[in-house]
Amino acid sequence: MRRDLKGDATRLGLMALPVAFFGVFFAWPVVSIVDRGLRPDGAWRFGRIGETLSRPDILDVLGFTVWQALASTGLTLLVALPGAYVFARFDFPGKGVLRAVVTVPFVLPTVLVGTAFLALVGRNGLTDELWGLRLDTSVWAILLAHVFFNYAVVVRTVGGLWSQLDPRQEEAARVLGASRWRAWRTVTLPALAPSVAAAALMVFLFTFTSFGVVQILGGDQYSTLEAEIYRQTARLLDLSTAAVLTLVQFAAVGAILGVHAWTVRRRETALRLVAPERTARRPRGAGQWTLLAGVLLSVALLILLPLGVLVERSFAGPHGYGLGYYRALGSLDESGTFLVPPLEAIGNSLRYAVAATAIAVLIGGLAAAALTRRAGRLVRGFDALLMLPLGVSAVTVGFGFLITLDEPPLDLRASWILVPLAQALVGVPFVVRMMLPVLRAVDERLREAAAVLGASPWRAWREVDLPMVRRALLIAAGFAFAVSLGEFGATVFIARPDRPTLPVAVARLLGRPGELNYGQAMALSTILMVVCAVSLLLLERLRTDRTSGEF
Amino acid sequence: MLSIEDATVRFGERAVLDAVDLDVAEHEIVCVLGPSGSGKSTLLRAVAGLQPLDAGRVLLGGADQAGVPVHRRGVGLMFQDHQLFPQRDVGGNVAFGLRMRGARKAERAERVGELLDLVGLPGAERRSVAALSGGEQQRVALARALAPSPRLLMLDEPLGQLDRGLRERLVVELRQLFGRLGTTVLAVTHDQGEAFALADRLVVMRDGRIAQSGAPADVWARPASEFVARFLGFDNIVAARVTGAVAQTAWGKVPVPDGSPEGERRLLVRPGGVRLVEEGPAWTVESRTFRGSQVVVRLRPAEGPDLEAELPLREAPEEGARVGVEFRVEDVVVLGDDGP
Repeated sequence: MRRDLKGDATRLGLMALPVAFFGVFFAWPVVSIVDRGLRPDGAWRFGRIGETLSRPDILDVLGFTVWQALASTGLTLLVALPGAYVFARFDFPGKGVLRAVVTVPFVLPTVLVGTAFLALVGRNGLTDELWGLRLDTSVWAILLAHVFFNYAVVVRTVGGLWSQLDPRQEEAARVLGASRWRAWRTVTLPALAPSVAAAALMVFLFTFTSFGVVQILGGDQYSTLEAEIYRQTARLLDLSTAAVLTLVQFAAVGAILGVHAWTVRRRETALRLVAPERTARRPRGAGQWTLLAGVLLSVALLILLPLGVLVERSFAGPHGYGLGYYRALGSLDESGTFLVPPLEAIGNSLRYAVAATAIAVLIGGLAAAALTRRAGRLVRGFDALLMLPLGVSAVTVGFGFLITLDEPPLDLRASWILVPLAQALVGVPFVVRMMLPVLRAVDERLREAAAVLGASPWRAWREVDLPMVRRALLIAAGFAFAVSLGEFGATVFIARPDRPTLPVAVARLLGRPGELNYGQAMALSTILMVVCAVSLLLLERLRTDRTSGEF
Repeated sequence: MLSIEDATVRFGERAVLDAVDLDVAEHEIVCVLGPSGSGKSTLLRAVAGLQPLDAGRVLLGGADQAGVPVHRRGVGLMFQDHQLFPQRDVGGNVAFGLRMRGARKAERAERVGELLDLVGLPGAERRSVAALSGGEQQRVALARALAPSPRLLMLDEPLGQLDRGLRERLVVELRQLFGRLGTTVLAVTHDQGEAFALADRLVVMRDGRIAQSGAPADVWARPASEFVARFLGFDNIVAARVTGAVAQTAWGKVPVPDGSPEGERRLLVRPGGVRLVEEGPAWTVESRTFRGSQVVVRLRPAEGPDLEAELPLREAPEEGARVGVEFRVEDVVVLGDDGP
């Protein structure tokens, strides 16, 4: 029993820092906002919850939010699961580049994703010009943008594990008389289920809290909770309605996370993991080539085309193609949109993202290590807590930072660290989600073997777990980095005017009328895209270079 | 070297180890034998510190190990399915324990080479463990466990996953190797052949308790209880009333050794101690099983349980023949109770 106590102590030690981090930089700001909304003059006004929720316009928002999130999740899985398979099991030229390509959309500012799709399927967009087809008046534009945006979530989360599943398990089932489909369904699918559930959950959360995309493509017709919270906070200054909606979103997300934790817990098994290089091979036969071609086509239409249109517009000046918009980024214009040349946003974004990644990996890594051990109720609660930032309005968090972290002992308003802290908050759930399945798949007895051979618990973790999870760690770090680069909802509130990040600068440009601003926004977005692509490509390099290190 | 005193481990209500006492002397090879679920693996895990004790203590070299973490106990444990580190090559696996003890690189390389020679895999340092056969993995696991020169080496079903021929060869190799190195060994297995071939001393476990302990030959000759006898593969067991030198059984009168306990008992007759005679044909030959130069004949009495007799090939009667039976006193054992 003494050892169990010690294990608990270790776990609490690992959890301490993440819990403190979440308490100060997440719970406190959010609670403060809710407090201001529901207790404006020192007395609780719970009646406002009922009043707000019985308003027909709010009910419409709620209904639409749920419906579009479900539809988007289903559609994303449908399109992206074949993609996950292709990335996991097939080996083809340019795979690394393509993997980076499908990931880029995810880190683009949501406002920009909306704009890219507007340029593609909206008024005077590409399809409008070619065939007179416009989707921006229907919900399809939103759904397609959500698929575009979340494709990588499924490919990365599911494909990452899939590529490490031993194909011989499926072969064993085939030999036992299962058809190809049956073998997949009975052997691979159950092994993948937790990661599919994790991916679906993430997609649902992102689309449930979708903001920028809906803002651009939904117009006045469609509005999600998050967009409504922003409208109430920033435009109508109606903090009480915003607080109620934040609570509703919180409750809904909590419920979803509860269900998710329950399904994952039922499925936790130690998987046989093998090196991904050993599972991928060149496609064989007409069926597999068709599948590969289908996936490549869907990537081309859904992801490359909008991005292509985006890049095309960044070069398309009023007098033909050229670098005019890019040159304009290097100087201050007279309109006062910026205090510094927009190009400086690149450096800001990179610096912030590096700091945010370091924080997210530290906090998320500690949390994942704590969660690896057999979970009690307390730990499961902690697991759910870590996921909450994904579901809580970034707008609320950003605004909360401003009203809570502005006085001693924690006056961070003037400090550069404020932005990375907010961005890390969004990155931590990714790190935990990606580390955990792999950490849990490490056989406990390998650690025991290391311990018997003289490795202390920390050494055993370093020698046994770390080499096996290094890959997942790098993927997680890459994701945290990318998410930090693209974070918009909170950053827009807290980034200082003289230190804008790329997405904030893009949004500021888009908010101004005129062709030059629009073109500059496109140019800056293209730069952001390139920055992301280069970072991810570097990561791909790192991942393959590193074979099993000895001594 | 190793003393286990009153060791108890409970999983919920069930005692997996129930007040176990066991001593292993320096250079001794002790084999714990028992069916699955008898607590033998838990015993090893308790000694290694992987399983906390609910009561009792473990002493190594006279020092109480309570509070000593796994990695400071200086014991070796070979896991049932080896648990080689998949991301390291053979050399990396064998050198692991040496690295944990801070051995220098040159020293490690030398020792790894030495051990791989010892287990019959010279020059295998750079091979990937995934590419090894079961027998080779087994050897690497052994080399890995031996490399840091543990004061006590523990083996959990060391040969469990290997095929029979390889197993029989390896068990002989292992015994020779341990003898040469003077290793103190505590092994657990459910295979009697393995245990008898490997051990200086046998410990038979049942339901978390020690059912019998002693030299393999003694355990074989005098199983302490019906459980041990049946576990060793003896089925000629019958209820008996022992008075003096004779036992009254369903098989008729059976002579018992001097000093056997008297009263209502269970009686074991080893198959080799059954002789067929002409007179009094009360037994029918049911079946014959060939075991090398011997034949095991299954005999059915008029009443009572079947009896097995082990006979030389030429003396074996045909199936269906009717025969008489005599018992040799030196192959009769009056069994004790199955313990408290």
